[in-house]
Amino acid sequence: MLLSPAILALIGVSAVVTALLLLASVFAVRVLRHWDIRSGSELQLRLERSTYLISTLVTFAIAAEVVALLLFVYNAEGMHTQFVGAMCATGVLNVNAWGWPALLLKIAVFFAGSVWLLLNRLDNQGYDYPLIRLKYGLLLVLLPLVATAAVVQLQYFLNLNPDVITSCCGSLFSPDAQGVAAEVSSVTPRTAMLALYGSGALVFASGAIYLWRRRLATLFAASAAVAFPIAIVAIVSCVALYVYEHPHHHCPFCILKSGHDYIGYWLYLPLFTATALALGVGALAPWRHIESLRTAVAADARRYAAIALAGFVLFYAVATWAIVRSNLTMAGTWW
Amino acid sequence: MIRLNDISKAFNQGQPNEFWAVRDVTLDIEDNRITVLRGPSGSGKTTLLSMIGCLSRPTSGRILLGERNLSGLPERFLTQIRRETFGFIFQRFNLIAGLTVLDNVMLPAYPLAPDHGALVQRATALLEQFGMGSKVASKVEWLSGGEAQRTAICRALLNDPQILIADEPTANLDTRLSQEFMTIIGELKAAGRTLILTSHDPVVSDAPCVDRVITLRDGQVQAD
Amino acid sequence: MSHFLRRQRYLIDFTLASLGRRKGKNLGLLGVYTLIVFLLASVMLFSQSLRREAGLLLENAPEVVVQRMVAGRHDLIPAAYLERIGKVRGVAAKYGRLWGYFYDPAVQANYTLLVPRDQEIKSGEMIVGAGIARTRGLGAGDYLTFRSAQGQSFAFRVADVLASDAELVSADLLLVNEADYRAFFGIAEGMYTDLALEVRNPQEVRKVAEKLSVMLPDTRPILREEILRTYDALFQWRQGIVFVLLAGSLLAFVIFAWDKASGLSAEEKREIGILKAIGWETADVIRMKFWEGALVSLGAFLLGYLAAYVHVFFFDAALFAPVLKGWAVLYPQFRPQPFVDGLQVATLFFFTVFPYTVATVVPIWRAATTDPDAVMR
Ligand SMILES: Nc1ncnc2c1ncn2[C@@H]1O[C@H](COP(=O)(O)OP(=O)(O)OP(=O)(O)O)[C@@H](O)[C@H]1O
Ligand SMILES: [Mg+2]
Repeated sequence: MLLSPAILALIGVSAVVTALLLLASVFAVRVLRHWDIRSGSELQLRLERSTYLISTLVTFAIAAEVVALLLFVYNAEGMHTQFVGAMCATGVLNVNAWGWPALLLKIAVFFAGSVWLLLNRLDNQGYDYPLIRLKYGLLLVLLPLVATAAVVQLQYFLNLNPDVITSCCGSLFSPDAQGVAAEVSSVTPRTAMLALYGSGALVFASGAIYLWRRRLATLFAASAAVAFPIAIVAIVSCVALYVYEHPHHHCPFCILKSGHDYIGYWLYLPLFTATALALGVGALAPWRHIESLRTAVAADARRYAAIALAGFVLFYAVATWAIVRSNLTMAGTWW
Repeated sequence: MIRLNDISKAFNQGQPNEFWAVRDVTLDIEDNRITVLRGPSGSGKTTLLSMIGCLSRPTSGRILLGERNLSGLPERFLTQIRRETFGFIFQRFNLIAGLTVLDNVMLPAYPLAPDHGALVQRATALLEQFGMGSKVASKVEWLSGGEAQRTAICRALLNDPQILIADEPTANLDTRLSQEFMTIIGELKAAGRTLILTSHDPVVSDAPCVDRVITLRDGQVQAD
Repeated sequence: MSHFLRRQRYLIDFTLASLGRRKGKNLGLLGVYTLIVFLLASVMLFSQSLRREAGLLLENAPEVVVQRMVAGRHDLIPAAYLERIGKVRGVAAKYGRLWGYFYDPAVQANYTLLVPRDQEIKSGEMIVGAGIARTRGLGAGDYLTFRSAQGQSFAFRVADVLASDAELVSADLLLVNEADYRAFFGIAEGMYTDLALEVRNPQEVRKVAEKLSVMLPDTRPILREEILRTYDALFQWRQGIVFVLLAGSLLAFVIFAWDKASGLSAEEKREIGILKAIGWETADVIRMKFWEGALVSLGAFLLGYLAAYVHVFFFDAALFAPVLKGWAVLYPQFRPQPFVDGLQVATLFFFTVFPYTVATVVPIWRAATTDPDAVMR
């Protein structure tokens, strides 16, 4: 194992976040068992107060996870000098089988946590807390997810063996390699572009319908859920090539570097935010019939949908711009 | 109109020292009236008042504010109603030391986040109306009792509440200041507000502007 | 949105005023907090810059070095091996190197003697590193006498002193010409300390090394990337160790923060009660307290990081250098190039602000959920 401050920090943060959620879950279970909104008893009063603690704990935990996600990628980037064959974060994540799962789980925690927070925010606006059982039930699902992410990450760091010769973007994403990464990058730019803009059109259409008619929120969320992985695949198999101006460089991380104008942040930040909010719209909309939530759903979901759409617009615009301004021409040779 | 229906409040419920401070109180408090709660020490005046003012919740019973049922509302929403509907004047004034008179008066509006300029203007106008114009920038710990009282009144009025609640407002004032206070109360009623006070002080309960005196004993309403 | 921002501004306004009202307590907290940030940031900045400096130095080193091993020990390598290597694909240049160590009893220090490839030095002259020049009080034109391997005295005239920009590694350097070197150490013509191979394409380095170990079974190829990696791991590891050692003080700090946050004075409790009674919601109080923590953290972080920055880059890390650098007599005067790095700041954040916030969450919640009717009692 490698003992560096960043790794210590990541392991520590995951452990503490899991502990905080565990604490929140203990309170949540108590609420689930004894909640009675009509009662004026002191127990009910205490339970109501514990909802503030739960909200605060989860908000803080998710915020920490977001920063930790960044640190995780930075750290992988910073460690590439320590592994033979690693040219960037991709190679470091490849050192053992836990690397990619750790990253994906961290992303899953981000989305699950964000949706939970949006739901919590909604419920707090209903004077009878109509979703309280649902949301605390979901919290009990979030906890194992966070714990799993922490364990997988710990495994990844414990099994970081500097003697392993790893494979980086060049070989990992090469057509004759095997595995998910190879398959992702072997998607031809043509297919990737079609899927990218196709799913983008679906997102815009369903989002616009939701904003105008207040219908099909689930479709909007679903299309965002589809558009997100497609966008990631398209970045790896196509957009990145244009950014690097190199027909075989498929790295999803190097675009975060200063050498490429930090364009990665302009792609990922809007994409992640927009997807989280669109999922939130899908989670909020079904509750618009609850009397005490009606106005809150209307206001919140509308705002989230608007911001999500703006985020998607930004993402697709930046991706298109990256392709257009590039000196790499693949249209002739590839399709 | 505030309607109390069989209101009871228990402390330390379920424990050996369980104590019912208010028991089965049913009351109607009319708009634009001055109502005084009276009774011996420990009779539950403050407890009842804090339930009326949404500072705490009854253990059982219903409170209706106009059409709206307040019992069963979580603290979060009680607070929202409270800051729109009620203004509070406390016995010990409860000003925050170290802040200026103006800052103290503006505090209740912070969570509502109005425009800052407008807020300063509103607070200053209120303070001038109560003859505190020259003290706007002084720290509250240097105020005299009467001045502190008037600052507290301004603070209670800042969010323009319909109902003003005062718990033992004259306990720290001499007779002259108490009478002055009751004059202000009368003026507020004339301006259309509802006032609910508790007091031992005959200056309060015997004041001509008072419409109704309710006597409590052992947590129960005695008679009008 | 502007409503949201305005509300935060009101909360920050109030928080600043309330921090100001309890100067003593908050300055104490700020001081301890700043000290923690300062300690950790100093360690990080310092070892990071050592690592960078080493990397910069190795930038100009050859990609592959071939050492001859005799009975498991590093030995001199005959020049004939250069011919035996012949033409290997990817090798741009190959040459023998002469270097070694010399112990100077006068100052009880080890010097590194080296024959430079691209620099002509006259017989009887040498160029010295800044560290040697400092400890022995030398300048250009001075003479320095050493006893050679055969016991004779050799007097060298100092022709020049090396510039001190990358002093960490050149401090103990002595440059002499080949003939003087061979005479001084008694090394026969046709023998070298090791061989250096330059390989331009990094992809080919491993292939070259593999071929070498087949061709010259009694040698050991050392790759530059391997050295860099070892350096990296070593510095990371040292840093990690220091952090683990500092865990104690971190824990003390967390307990201190917890104590400060939960031990509210009666005055503060009353204040929160008043706020709640006049219409602040529990969430507003939590937000206000959050801003309090954020402002203190931000202040401590900036102050501590700035102090560490000055400490490392302008005062040569005077407090830690003896522990982290490792060699003492020819103490290099180390002026690393200042830099700020995102990974580092994020890590530091998790070692300071994160534990502070965790320690204060529950106490803040406790304080914020006081009964709003408490002030009526
Ligand atoms: N938090 C509490 N826990 C336990 N008992 C309480 C609590 N608050 C009030 N009590 C009890 O409830 C009773 C009523 O108190 P309350 O403050 O309403 O009386 P009061 O009529 O306002 O008296 P006073 O005229 O002295 O102000 C008292 O006996 C008091 O001890
Ligand atoms: Mg009382």
